[in-house]
Amino acid sequence: MTMVVEIMVCALVLLGAAFVLIGSWALVRLPSTMERLHGPTKATTLGLGSLLVASVFYFQGRLGVWTAHELLIALFLFITAPISANMIAKVHLHRVRIGAFEEPDTKAGAPPRPPGEGDWATFEAPTRNTQASTANT
Amino acid sequence: MIRHIVPHPALSVMLLGVWLLMANSITVGGVLLGGAFGLILPKFTEPFWPDRPRVRFGGALLQYCLVVLFDIVVANFEVAWLILFRRNRDLRSRWLVIPITLSTPEAITVLAATISLTPGTVSSDISADRKSLLVHALDVADAAAEIARIKTRYEARLHRIFA
Repeated sequence: MTMVVEIMVCALVLLGAAFVLIGSWALVRLPSTMERLHGPTKATTLGLGSLLVASVFYFQGRLGVWTAHELLIALFLFITAPISANMIAKVHLHRVRIGAFEEPDTKAGAPPRPPGEGDWATFEAPTRNTQASTANT
Repeated sequence: MIRHIVPHPALSVMLLGVWLLMANSITVGGVLLGGAFGLILPKFTEPFWPDRPRVRFGGALLQYCLVVLFDIVVANFEVAWLILFRRNRDLRSRWLVIPITLSTPEAITVLAATISLTPGTVSSDISADRKSLLVHALDVADAAAEIARIKTRYEARLHRIFA
């Protein structure tokens, strides 16, 4: 491995590890559920991205081959991370609605209602007929 | 005719790409097997996506991906800064209700995933009438400006992709 590649891999690994650490630190120090959700789901996207790029460069320098299946890890992460964050947020909405918290839990206060008649989709079945819901009838 | 054999060309190409990435090499056998999956799976899963929207693959989609990647990198540094140095009582976290004009579920899903991936905002829910998105923001000074930014930066571009 040449010196340049080594330095690049080192820098990327350190940057990635730093972001993952900061994301985990956010879990400890932010005040409430919704704020804590921001740490691990986000600061880790760049952290893991740097680690994956470092992996690509490492195997290029070590074995002289370009590997690409790191891209798949990034792809699956980008697909799944928003979904798990969304699920946690929805559980939080339900817990707020049933009054699971003694005091206002988040700094942002209780979530607002959507404008108009309806409610959020976790509390109510979708009202507007869309292509997806009419297709099976 | 070609539509009949390849009902979902984008999915076929993606399956082939994912297969080759998983094998981590380009061999004749790998391309043939991936190509076979790309032909067979969309055919069998066709009933799963009735009335799917037409997606324009091209400059708009590429531009959107680049914008989102750039935003993820920049905003990651901003959020890391907030986590390390902002005191909890100075954190201006709040709920945003974003009115959306996108109509297809696929486009709304992409918008919500983009909002969740760009640091500082998590999309939490959609209203039952599919007209607004509930988003939690970690630190926002001006809610109206943030909503306008999301609408012009992401939603307007998605309108051009999901025609």
